[in-house]
Amino acid sequence: MRPIPAEPPPFFRRGPSALARVTFFGLASIVLLFVDARFRYLEDVRQAAGAILFPLQRLVRVPGEALDSVAAYFASKRDLERDNERLRSELIAQSPAAQGYVPARDENARLKALVDLKATHAEGSTVVQVLYTGRDPFAQKVFVSRGREAGLVPGSAVIDEHGVVGQLTRVHPTMSEVTLVTDKDHAVPVKAERSGVRSVLYGAGTGRTPELRFTPPSADIRVGDRLVTSGLDGTYPPGLAVAQVTRVERETGQMFARIECAPLGGVDRSETLLVLAPPAALPPRPEEPSEAEAARKGGRAKARRGG
Amino acid sequence: MSFASRVPSFTPARPEEILKPAKPWFVVLTLVLAFLANTLPTTGVALALKPDFVALTLLYWCIQAPRYVGVGVSWTLGLVMDVVDATLFGQHALAYAALAYGAEYFRRRVLRFPLWQQAVQVAVLLGACALLVLLVRMIGGAPLPRWTYAVPPIVGALLWPPLTVVLQWPQRPTRSASTF
Repeated sequence: MRPIPAEPPPFFRRGPSALARVTFFGLASIVLLFVDARFRYLEDVRQAAGAILFPLQRLVRVPGEALDSVAAYFASKRDLERDNERLRSELIAQSPAAQGYVPARDENARLKALVDLKATHAEGSTVVQVLYTGRDPFAQKVFVSRGREAGLVPGSAVIDEHGVVGQLTRVHPTMSEVTLVTDKDHAVPVKAERSGVRSVLYGAGTGRTPELRFTPPSADIRVGDRLVTSGLDGTYPPGLAVAQVTRVERETGQMFARIECAPLGGVDRSETLLVLAPPAALPPRPEEPSEAEAARKGGRAKARRGG
Repeated sequence: MSFASRVPSFTPARPEEILKPAKPWFVVLTLVLAFLANTLPTTGVALALKPDFVALTLLYWCIQAPRYVGVGVSWTLGLVMDVVDATLFGQHALAYAALAYGAEYFRRRVLRFPLWQQAVQVAVLLGACALLVLLVRMIGGAPLPRWTYAVPPIVGALLWPPLTVVLQWPQRPTRSASTF
């Protein structure tokens, strides 16, 4: 049997052949990939396209939301009573902390003024809803319902009622992209609440637990320790709960301990999140070793290279 | 002749049945619906199972209506998916363009097979498309995904027969096959 030709006969020609077109578009994609990955020139294009597409996506949610609201209308009386009961008991449980808060805050402010510390918490935060999770199985990202219109800025910390969830990485006009603490490219400076040991929590990607990397085996970290943000990066305000240590492996011969952690925030569950205002800017870094010193060293290095 | 025999039934067209040309608005409508289905908010198991509806619909139209949908349209829709998924620009575009080319190559013979055999070939095409995305991601430094990464192309292939029946329904000739 003769093979069926892949190309139409010449009298049905419609522009360039499929192979030519796929080569052209393939090369175009590779150029785009390179430009986007290396230079980030295309953020404006992305924003513009997003501004057109995101209202469409909102539209998708309308039927689901309508169903939800109907379901909520018919929620049984028992459910409501149970919820009420739970909320009341939570309120009572938290009331001592709430009552102690105002004096504690005032005292804190006085003490800070005494030792001349700058305020670390900026006022103002925004409640957002999770719209949808990214379909991309490689990245741990969610999209939330507020954007530049609510004054959000990239880099703000995102938390829920249990702890840190992630960080705003892109802010579109009406929605924003949150990179979760479990994302492979995400790191949070933390410290152990019990011992005060500082470290950095690295996300490991989908389905893997975050880890504390580059922590010496001798560091005082045990299973069950709570990790809170240390605030050293100027991105996350200090003292937010991040994760709990679930496993510590200290092997002789390894330079660092292997410490696995479980995030405390509802990274893959929470639907309502809080975007914190970015903390007040930290004082600038002290300068590197004096310029004369550096010049002398550089000069010496040059001399050595020249000789 | 009764009315029922004038309306095409919800069964797959036989290979020798000549379909009417697809209406451009119907092609656009189905692609928009596929895009909306792709952006439905899902989590957990549903997310792991969810096939790439846009790739599937593109594949169908690349095979059935190559005059309207080809490499260029697929590439453009790939860029749209890159914006929505917040992935690097060009990643889905590259995969969809390759998919359209694959469809162009398969088009002349795939329709002669029964639907379930078409589905096997579709699984191969969708798998190659997913593999291309994986390759780009690995070059970009992503770790190997879990085995669930292979599930959506298979689910997509399983959806191929029902999707074919639904999408070709408006193109079926109104006179039933009994006149043959």
